[in-house]
Amino acid sequence: MRTAGQLLAEHPFFEGMDDAALDLIEGCTRLEHYRPEQFLFREAEAADQFFLLRSGHVALECHAPGRPAYVLDSVAAGGVVGWSWLVPPYRWFCDGRATEEVSALVVDGRCLRAKCEENPALGYALLQRVAHVMYQRLQSARVRLQDLYGVPGGA
Amino acid sequence: MPTAASAASPLVLDVGAFQAMIDVLAADGYTVLGPTVREGAVVPGPVASVDDLPRGCGDVQGPGTYRLRRRDDDAWFGYAADAVSWKSVLFPARELIWRGTATPDGFELAADRTDGGLGDPPYAILGIRACDLAAVAIHDRILRDRAYPDPRYADRRRDTFLITVTCSDPSGTCFCVSMGTGPRADGGFDLALTELVHPEHRFVAIAGTPRGGEVLARLAGGPPSPQDLAAADGVADSAAARMGRSMETDGIKDLLYDNPEHPRWDDVAGRCLSCGNCTLVCPTCFCTSVEEHTSLTGQDVERWRVWDSCFTSDFSYLHGGSVRGSARSRYRQWMTHKLASWQDQFGMSGCVGCGRCIAWCPVGIDITEEAAAIRSTSTTIAPGEPGEPSREA
Amino acid sequence: MAPDLDLDPGASLAGSPGPAADAMRPRPFRVVRVRRDTQDTVTMDLRSLDGAPLAFRPGQFTMLMAFGIGEVPISISGDPQHPELLTHTIRDVGGVTRALVGAQPGDVLGVRGPYGEGWLASAGADGEDSEDGEGGDVVIVAGGIGLAPLRPAVLQLLADRGRYRRVSILIGARTPSELLFTDELERWADGDVHVAVTVDRALSGWRGPVGLVTQLIPGAAFDPAGTTALVCGPEVMMRHVADALLARAVPARGIRLSLERNMRCGVGLCGHCQLREHLICIDGPVFGADRVLHLMRTREL
Repeated sequence: MRTAGQLLAEHPFFEGMDDAALDLIEGCTRLEHYRPEQFLFREAEAADQFFLLRSGHVALECHAPGRPAYVLDSVAAGGVVGWSWLVPPYRWFCDGRATEEVSALVVDGRCLRAKCEENPALGYALLQRVAHVMYQRLQSARVRLQDLYGVPGGA
Repeated sequence: MPTAASAASPLVLDVGAFQAMIDVLAADGYTVLGPTVREGAVVPGPVASVDDLPRGCGDVQGPGTYRLRRRDDDAWFGYAADAVSWKSVLFPARELIWRGTATPDGFELAADRTDGGLGDPPYAILGIRACDLAAVAIHDRILRDRAYPDPRYADRRRDTFLITVTCSDPSGTCFCVSMGTGPRADGGFDLALTELVHPEHRFVAIAGTPRGGEVLARLAGGPPSPQDLAAADGVADSAAARMGRSMETDGIKDLLYDNPEHPRWDDVAGRCLSCGNCTLVCPTCFCTSVEEHTSLTGQDVERWRVWDSCFTSDFSYLHGGSVRGSARSRYRQWMTHKLASWQDQFGMSGCVGCGRCIAWCPVGIDITEEAAAIRSTSTTIAPGEPGEPSREA
Repeated sequence: MAPDLDLDPGASLAGSPGPAADAMRPRPFRVVRVRRDTQDTVTMDLRSLDGAPLAFRPGQFTMLMAFGIGEVPISISGDPQHPELLTHTIRDVGGVTRALVGAQPGDVLGVRGPYGEGWLASAGADGEDSEDGEGGDVVIVAGGIGLAPLRPAVLQLLADRGRYRRVSILIGARTPSELLFTDELERWADGDVHVAVTVDRALSGWRGPVGLVTQLIPGAAFDPAGTTALVCGPEVMMRHVADALLARAVPARGIRLSLERNMRCGVGLCGHCQLREHLICIDGPVFGADRVLHLMRTREL
């Protein structure tokens, strides 16, 4: 039976992280499983955790009355869901829903924020990784905003 | 009885023999075309007699300027470049490709031919300049000698008899020496003539092909004297020394490839009207479009090949908009193509130094000046590399 | 009376051209079948009136004519093993394509071609022929209607599966309803091929990935050094995909991109389709990234 710390070290998000830092994070981490269609979190809820997917697939959805919810982004195994735990007001931006069986390391954001306050080096290392994820998600959104497959030259 | 001259050796033609040459070609079935004066310009026209040629006619050409002037002698070929190049004869602006009719089984096509409106081919072109002859060789490469030839061009070209006349008086816009195309042609002609006016009006003629020699053999004339030959060389040498402009061609391909964001393009964009005159008068421009002309019922269709210009707003249209929407990008395209990409595409420069683009530009944009401006303010740093200099002219 | 002419020594060997030598004359092809793919896209099968098959290489295109209206270049989207049917996937973007998309079985269209360099075995920047991907991994990345010109390559790879190591097909589309050839994707996956699909956005219920097609690259298995990548889609998408593959150390000449430009003739004579020194119709439409990626980054080139 592997420890949460060992599982954390295996996850691509923490590649290159030193053992001392992983030890600190382990204290805020637990392993969870989600069923298909189960919500991991909902829009506007307190965003006090983030999810490192070990297996499965999570869709990020935005709902509105009168139409089915849109899936705006998705995260596969090896990816990470959630950075709102780092940015005030610490609220989820959209719904997160498992589209298949998900096994995830769930890290308590409040717990981790407190440790980062005490340990800026840990904070910086986390911020670097989160910034990279945000960078990729933003570029993905910007490219899709161009609607490249849409009507050529149209609205 | 005409003196039989070897096809390879030069002949001196007097005025009478020159006329005889026109008559021989006409009798052989050629439509003889040459420079004629029409509406204040030297343009291709039918030539039946030496009187049809621009006797005593010279020209003054500069940026945005073209006018004829009276020479103080009676030279027939005393102008520089014709206002309209021979491209308009060998590669007409509008040409029918096929006629089609809708049938129960789809459609049926029939080839048809149209020509430039100056009479039926085969043509004998009398008086083509070395620069324009070089342009014909360039068109041969592009339109005839690659994987998919234009059969109409190839047909027309094969039967064309070319008589070049050495340039004696280049104009202010000429730079054939820089481009290595003149002022005297060294090949690609059936006959080459050099006009000598003093002390007697005569022409030193040499043949460049067997059929050229065959025509010469039927003309009266003696071999040129050493003075004739020296005078003929002198015409070419003197013209070469009096070029109106020059273009440094060393490394010009990489210069233009490496400077797609040079501020000079913005500068010329402020002047260029995108009118396309340069592409119309340029003897090497070859871009075309295809048009379907349909009868009202839609049953009959003609497909026409027409000249096009990279300066038109929809030349580069690609579902939604034009790739080159700005005048800046279109001028850059034309000049980079002409001086640089042409070399990679066809193995030679696209510019023959005739200077027509300079004379016929309504705002007088000068391709030699633009090239020099980019060369003088370019750096060796390619865009995007560290240390890229700030963009100031 | 025509003169007795000697050929100028510089004259070409073209000789006197008959109708066969005129590349501007279309052949009549009858529409056999039309299938509507999306609200603006159809796939149609054509058969030549004279019965002669139109043999082609994956990646090539034809100039497709609606009689009396005009011609446009359209990539061939059919099976190269079965050239007796000529298949095209056409999107209505106005003008000629509108007429083509409206064609019905029995209608006769005009075809010139096939033209262009195909997906496999094209010359690299140094003029050397690239290997045709044999023995290495193949990564195919399709965006939107870009899957249509890639389909012949997919079918050829499947028919010759043993010549290649790992094959991945990564597909991006705007929404799930705009995916093409969905009925075939399962069959492709059955052919020992990794198939992954993502969309720009979807309605809840879509269980697959949502995001850029580049996000499917980490999930594909390939050894970059020996990989041949075939990429087709909007130019912005191809730039990003090429960058993502370069970041994975796939050699630039191994990344093949299919470009598009305005074409009037398809045979290198009209000058419209130039991308600097390249004529898309005869030098391409498929190019190695080593030859064209830097040109694609220059605005309005």
